[in-house]
Amino acid sequence: MTDIVINNLTKRFGEHTVLREFSMTIPAGTLVGIMGESGCGKTTLGNLLLGLLEPDGGKITGLPEKRAAVFQEDRLLEERTPLQNVRAVTGRKRSRGEILEFLTALGLPHGEEKPVKKLSGGMRRRVAIARALLADWDFLVMDEPFKGLDEATRERVVAKTLEAIAGKTVLLITHDQRDVEICDQVVVM
Amino acid sequence: MISTIVLNKNWIWKLAAALCAILVWQGAAWLLGSDILLASPWQVACRLVSLMGEGSFWTSLLGSFLDITWGFLLSLGLGALLAVAAGKSRVVEILLAPYMVTIKTVPVASFIVIALVWLSSRDLSVFISFLMGLPIVYTNLLQGIKSRDEKLWEMAEVFRMGPGRRFLTITLPQIKPYLLSACSLALGLSWKAGIAAEVIGIPEGTVGEALYNAKIYLATADLFAWTLMVVLLSIVFEKIFLLLVRWAFARLERI
Repeated sequence: MTDIVINNLTKRFGEHTVLREFSMTIPAGTLVGIMGESGCGKTTLGNLLLGLLEPDGGKITGLPEKRAAVFQEDRLLEERTPLQNVRAVTGRKRSRGEILEFLTALGLPHGEEKPVKKLSGGMRRRVAIARALLADWDFLVMDEPFKGLDEATRERVVAKTLEAIAGKTVLLITHDQRDVEICDQVVVM
Repeated sequence: MISTIVLNKNWIWKLAAALCAILVWQGAAWLLGSDILLASPWQVACRLVSLMGEGSFWTSLLGSFLDITWGFLLSLGLGALLAVAAGKSRVVEILLAPYMVTIKTVPVASFIVIALVWLSSRDLSVFISFLMGLPIVYTNLLQGIKSRDEKLWEMAEVFRMGPGRRFLTITLPQIKPYLLSACSLALGLSWKAGIAAEVIGIPEGTVGEALYNAKIYLATADLFAWTLMVVLLSIVFEKIFLLLVRWAFARLERI
């Protein structure tokens, strides 16, 4: 594992510059939080790190091949059950029992009953988190992963997330002050 | 419970409307008083029962059914291939556009007449069914392919999902409603155009030939009886075919 180094990164959308010569380092094996006001480029930075956008300037080094994400929107397969949503990205690398056990730990005990389109917002969020945590990755981007979860559920999901990401490289994009407490390091944009 | 009652009531209303239409038909036939101008429902029913006793009735139905189904399946296969190609390349879509517009707008009778010059009357209904179904399948599937959810494709990209899994989990659910709609529309049109081609080409041992004979001999009851059978056959086949497609999707979605 190597550190991910972001050097003078610039990203423009037309005339609008979202990121201007932004630099930071994400040390290997740490959970780094990115905070900042809406529109300051947090999600754009996440998308650049996931390879979904090309930078207009600067470079990123040390980025692992195997990446995963909890997107700002859930981006789930609507007609599929939570189990099938996780299976779609894990393939046979995770057993059915393992996935169902993980979903239950996140408060989703009926992971193979309903398609996700019939689940509540909070439940869908947990499916998106489970999918990312159970996937095979060396670097994870989590964009406001715990939004929409009630306090009790949030505590349970945060605990399970910390257990799953221990010792791995994670970028957590947030503007929730409570998330700061779980990060090893926080960068304010 | 409430929805079941409403459904049952709907069913009763539909049956009542159908019975009412038959009564109107019977009344009109009675008023006209000529079975050449308008055969009554009773005459048509009697003729249908009589035709069903003849072996040639079933072979004609089977002949037309096989030709039209073959034409429809060809339109489904080629339409899907062309839609995939056009979905991948804007150039292919632009190049195909004039052909699709032509097929959609030119009257089917014009195609039948020109096709009679190239093909045997036996192959005519296969070709015409294929031709009429093609733009419908192509347009619907292309629309389905184009409506792809970019956010889901990005998700698949990030999680390094393979092409097979992407097809099964993202593409198939996305094109499913478009494919079902294409099949339903193309099947209906293939039957109408295919029978019209048979009436003009008069291939031996087909429904078209029987309809043509009914016209020549002014056998209106025969015309109605054959038409009724064609309508029933096309409806039953459409239902069975769509059930098979849905079943295939359900099986694929379980993978």
